[in-house]
Formats: sequence, structure tokens, C-alpha cells
Amino acid sequence: MTRIDKNPGSAGSAVTVRGLVKHYGETKALDGVDVDVREGTVLGVLGPNGAGKTTLVRCLSTLVKPDAGTAVVAGYDVVRQPRQLRRAIGLTGQYAAVDEKLSGRENLYMIGRLLDLSRKEARARADGLLERFSLTEAAKRPASTYSGGMRRRLDLAASMIGSPAVLYLDEPTTGLDPRTRNEVWAEVKRMVGDGVTVLLTTQYMEEAEQLASELTVIDRGKVIAKGGIEELKAKVGGRTLRIRPADPLELSPLADALDDLGLTGIATSTVDTETGTVLVPILSDEQLTAVVGAVTARGITIGSIGTELPSLDEVFLSITGQKASAPQEVRPELEEVAV
Amino acid sequence: MSTTTLTPPLAKGDADARIGLRGHVRHTSALVRRNLLWIRQDPESMFDAVLMPIVFTLLFVYVFGGSIGQALGGGQDQYVQYVVPGMMAMMSMNIAMAVGTGFNQDFQTGIMDRFRTLPIGQGSVLFAKIVVELMRMLIATTIMMIVGVLVGFDITNWGGLIAAVALSALFGSSIMWIFLVLGVTMKSAQSVQAMGFLVLMPLQFGSSIFAPTQSMPGWLQAFTDYNPLSSLADSARGLMVGGPVAHDVWVTVGWSVVLTLVMAPIAIHKFRTKS
Repeated sequence: MTRIDKNPGSAGSAVTVRGLVKHYGETKALDGVDVDVREGTVLGVLGPNGAGKTTLVRCLSTLVKPDAGTAVVAGYDVVRQPRQLRRAIGLTGQYAAVDEKLSGRENLYMIGRLLDLSRKEARARADGLLERFSLTEAAKRPASTYSGGMRRRLDLAASMIGSPAVLYLDEPTTGLDPRTRNEVWAEVKRMVGDGVTVLLTTQYMEEAEQLASELTVIDRGKVIAKGGIEELKAKVGGRTLRIRPADPLELSPLADALDDLGLTGIATSTVDTETGTVLVPILSDEQLTAVVGAVTARGITIGSIGTELPSLDEVFLSITGQKASAPQEVRPELEEVAV
Repeated sequence: MSTTTLTPPLAKGDADARIGLRGHVRHTSALVRRNLLWIRQDPESMFDAVLMPIVFTLLFVYVFGGSIGQALGGGQDQYVQYVVPGMMAMMSMNIAMAVGTGFNQDFQTGIMDRFRTLPIGQGSVLFAKIVVELMRMLIATTIMMIVGVLVGFDITNWGGLIAAVALSALFGSSIMWIFLVLGVTMKSAQSVQAMGFLVLMPLQFGSSIFAPTQSMPGWLQAFTDYNPLSSLADSARGLMVGGPVAHDVWVTVGWSVVLTLVMAPIAIHKFRTKS
């Protein structure tokens, strides 16, 4: 699975954070964080529970005042120009920030009025967004009757009323089932397609891989790695070579040949019968050449060959060196509300 | 400050301009509308404003009316004239307490984060709460007056009645700021309510709202004399049924102004900085 970076370097910086610090007593929620989000791109901020992701978003959305450091969003300083900054941002957090007692339409209308739209404009904007987020049928029902996914979509719609230049998504799919999660991802991709700059926090590698072009990994209030997703994965080292023999019957002879090669210090090959391929981890281009040589020497014809980058789970593991701190498998309902 | 090519969208007028009065009014009325829609969605939330004045007025008039009326040198009729203006003061306190619990509940959801990240005057959310509670207070007072008249209250001075309602609303709104501070600082709506009762009960009963203070022990009289609820009740009584009012009215207005000047900035600040 290869992806191309979305026009790297083609745009200015929408979010610039330098040395941001926020301490809560002994807890260093943010301990000197630098973050950059280029205009029109999605930055994934990846980290386990309590890494400081939510505190970062709350600082950048003027909800929390940082102790030190600077943060400029859409040209506005978070501390000195909070009101102008609020005009330029949208926030969708872990909890749907909608009024449950109000209908979907009333929620959006209210936000429109609070954003100084005229009554007519606010109504039109609400209806347009309800349509776009597939909520027209439920528009008149109180939000309390909405499913989790509908509520999250309403929340996204509410964040979009002011056509923000920068959108913060704080763990937007936490607590959602996989189908709903895919719905939210699809919506986010559409918004990004419209040119919104997104800062996405997540503790799910899959989510970052799906939505973000660049990644900043934070842990215990510090940035521990940053870069393009591919770049980060390459930095961690190790690729997986996937070879498909031209003749499916040669699958196991191929696997034997690779094992005989005994690539130093790496696990043995695995056979993926479903796709008719053999997978073997390699560390360098020399090893790649050696593998191809060995396979050819055995007289096996290669049907196709390719390398794959390791998953983000592996990336995170190798950077942080900690395995269990990030509960990647469990999707807890409530977490890191106010660190 | 770094420069960017981004211009914030929806920048009506100058983005640097402060929010004008019209902006505040627009934001506050959008939020008032929200709170009114709540009532439509959940009519039970009006129970306190509708039933409390009926139940309390009937209870006090029929349970205490006879004996306290006698002490006043009359009967139940005499007590009705005494207690109805007092009830008006009590009603404004009980309604004021509700603002704290409602405000606290808002913080249990993410909606407050939404409001606080919008480019609105940060006081708007609180002003809207107060406006809605004043509306509820007006409804409760109207119902209380109707019940009062039905059990024999004699409205002699309409102008005085309106002045008494206005004074109760003024004092009530200043008390609401205290409850807004409690609502934003305390952990749960239940604790806001418990705290509210703990503060209000002694203030309400240790005052001239329900009974004249002359028969109370000296130490309690010292308390009731300085209790702003006594001033409010005595003002309402003077305005509605006659008697000296000037001193009590000024004391009540003074309390209202001081409480508002002290508590409103605290409430708004706490609202803005709650994490």
C-alpha cells in the first residue's frame, strides 16, 4: 500500500506551534511541543492515552491557555488573538459537541446565528450541511435520538458552518463501531478534498494512515518523531518483500529457498496462500538483491515482486519502545478528557 | 508572528473589531432561543416554576396562616397580606438556584467547548441563562400572584406590585451570578443543588419572608436584620401593601449591584478558563 504525499511543500503553514508547554501540577501534559501543519494537508498527531494530544488541541482552540511557547493558527496567535482565531477554526472532539435536546437543524441554525449569519443565511447553511452530511431525514428529530455516527456527523457539520480554514479533529472516531468509523473517515476525506487544513489526533495507526499525509508522534508531552508517513516508516527501517511465483505450485519451494538463504537476524518467510505470495522481511537493498539472486538460482520464475512498509503499529512500537502503553486494540469510550 | 496567506473566512466586517452591542444581543438571543427550545422539548423542566408557587402559597397560607395571622393581630387574611409579598422574594431565590444546576449540566456535554471556541462574547452564554431564568421567574411570580389573589390577597397598588416584581427580578439576577459560579466550579448538578439548598434555606427562613422577626431571639434578629432577603421581602411588602419602603429598597438595590459587580466577572472568568 503506497501513497503519495499530498503536494508536499506547496503551501504555507496553517498551524505553527513552537515549544508549547502546559503543566497540570506535576503532570507535564505538554512539555515543549513543536507542530507544523501545512495549509491544505492533514497532520496526524499520534500518541497513546495521556500523551498530551487533547491538551494540544485544547490549547490550539483557545480552551486552555498554554504556560509557555507560541502557537499561531491561520495567522492568529492563540493567546493574543483568541477571538479572531476562533473565527478560523472548527473543533470536533471526542464528545459530540451538540445540544442533545435540540434537533439537528436547530443545532446548526444556532451555531450559524452565533457565527453572525443572518437568519436566512443560517437556515440555508443548516439545510445545506444537513443534506451534505446525510442528515436531512433526521433534521427535525432531537439529537438525543441520533445514533453515534449521526451525532458525530452532526458534530462535523457544526464545525463546518463557519467554513473554517483549520479543523481540529480530536480522536474523531473514538468509541465508534467500524462501520460508523468508515463513514466519518469518508466525510473527513471529503472535507480535506475541499481544501480544509486538518489537525487530527488519534491513537489508531490505521486512522492516521487513512487520513493523514504527515505524522507527529507524541508521547508524555514530547514530540518523539515527525515526518511524512512513508518517511517515518522508512526511518524505522525494515521492509517486507512480497514475492508471487509465476507458477502457484512453486509457492512452498520458494518459501524454502528464502529460508535457506538465512537472512541474518530476521524472521523466516511466511506463506500467504490467499494471495499466492511469500512474505519475507529484509533490511537493505543488498538483501533484496540477494533474495532475487537466490530465487533465480533455484530456477523459480517470479510473477511479481514488491516491497511493503511496516504498519504504523510497528513504527510506534519501535520509536517509543513501549508496547502496552497504547491500548490500540481496545477502543475505550471515555479517555483523556481533561488531562 | 508568522505570516500566512490565509484569510479567515466569514470575517464580517473587521475581524479585529470587538463584538458590538448588536453582536452580543444576537448571540444572547440565539442562546436564549436554545434554552426556550429545551423547555418545549422537556416541558417537565417548567414544573418547578409552575407548581412551586401553587404548593408553597397554599401550604403557608393554610398551615401557618391562622396562627401567625393571630399573632399579627388578625387572622388568616392578615397573614395572606403578609406572606404573599414574601413568597415573591422566596420564588426569585428558588428559581435563581435552577440556573446553577442547568449551567452545570451543560458542562457534562461537549456543547460548552463548542460555545467557548466560537467567536462570541463569552458572557453571552451566561446572559442567556439569566434571561431565560428571569422569564421563568416572571411566570412563577404570575402564578403565585393568581393563587395569592384566589386565597384572598388584595392588590391595592398595581404600580407597587410591578415595582416589587422588578426589584425581585433585579435581586434574583444578582443571586443567579452566584449560582452560575457554583455551577461552573462544582463537579455535579446534584452538588450545586445541595449547596444551593444549604445556603438558601437558612437565608429564606432566617428572614422576614414568612414571619415577622420581632418574636425571634436577639441573636437571630441580628442575622435577619442584615439578611438581604429580609430587605427584599420588606421592600416587596411595603410596595404592595403599603408602609415605609425607601430604606429597604435601597438596601436591596445596593446588595444587587454589589453582588453582580463582584460575582459576574468571576462567573465569566471561570466560564472562560474552565478546563
